[in-house]
Amino acid sequence: MNQLTLNHYLLASGLLFALGFAGVLLRRNIIIIFMCLELMLNASNLSLVAFSRFHVGADGLPNYNAQVLVFFIITVAAAEVAVGLAIIVALYRARQTTHVEDIQSLKF
Amino acid sequence: MSPILFWIFAALMLAFGVSVVVNRDPVASALSLVASFLCLAALFVGLDAFFIGVIQVLVYAGAVMVLFLFIIMLLDLKAEKRRHFNKLALAGGALVTAGFVAGLVRVLSLYPAGNQPFPPLGVAKLDDVRQVGMTLFSNFNLPFQTVGVLVLVASVGVIVLSRRELK
Repeated sequence: MNQLTLNHYLLASGLLFALGFAGVLLRRNIIIIFMCLELMLNASNLSLVAFSRFHVGADGLPNYNAQVLVFFIITVAAAEVAVGLAIIVALYRARQTTHVEDIQSLKF
Repeated sequence: MSPILFWIFAALMLAFGVSVVVNRDPVASALSLVASFLCLAALFVGLDAFFIGVIQVLVYAGAVMVLFLFIIMLLDLKAEKRRHFNKLALAGGALVTAGFVAGLVRVLSLYPAGNQPFPPLGVAKLDDVRQVGMTLFSNFNLPFQTVGVLVLVASVGVIVLSRRELK
C-alpha cells in the first residue's frame, strides 16, 4: 500500500481497458463507441509506459523502446481518429443518424 | 511518484472513464474523456515519462479531442433519448467485461514480477526527450518513415472522404 508496484499500474490500465471495452459493447452511439476505442488505446499506453519504467537498463535509464512504441501508437491513433471521423461524417450525410442499430446494410 | 498522487490520479482517471461510458450527452462524454486523458498524462509524468506526458496533453487532450468536439457540434448531436435497452446485449456485454476483469486479476496475481516496486533510476537528471529521440532515429528509423507515409495517406483519405459527392 505504501509502495507502488508494477501491478498497481497494470491493474489501473486493465480497468481502463475494461471500461473502454464495456463502452464499445454497450453503447449504441457510434461517436461514443469511437471515444471508447481511444480509451482502450490509452490503457495500453499506460501499461507500456509502466513496463518501460520498470525495466531500468544497465545505464540506469528506463527502457525507451516502449516509449517510442507509445509515440507510434499516439501517431497512428491520431490518423485513425481523422479517418474515422471523416467516415462518420460521410455516414451521417447519407443516413442522418449516428445510431449503430439504424445502420444495418453493408452497402448503400 | 508518491503513492497518494498515484491513487488520486488513477481514481480520477477511472471515474472520468466511467463518466465517458454512462453519459448520454456526447459533449459531456467528450469532456470527461479529456479529463481522463489529463489524469493519464499525470500518471505518465509520475512514471518519469515526461515527453510522453506532454505529447498526451498536446496531441490527445488537445488535437484529437478538439476534433471529436468539432464533429459532435457539426453533426449537432443531442443527448440521446432513452431507447429501450436490449436486455440480452446488456447482459452479454456485462458478462464479457466481467470475464475480462476476472481474467486480468488472475493473470496479475500469477505474475511474480508485478509485486516488486519500481527500481530507482541510475541518473540524477533524466534527459528523456533526447533519449526518446535517439531511440526513435536509431532503432526505429524505418517505422518512423513509414508512419510519416501513413499520416500522409490518412490526410489524403480524409480529403477524399469529405468531398460532397462520394462515388
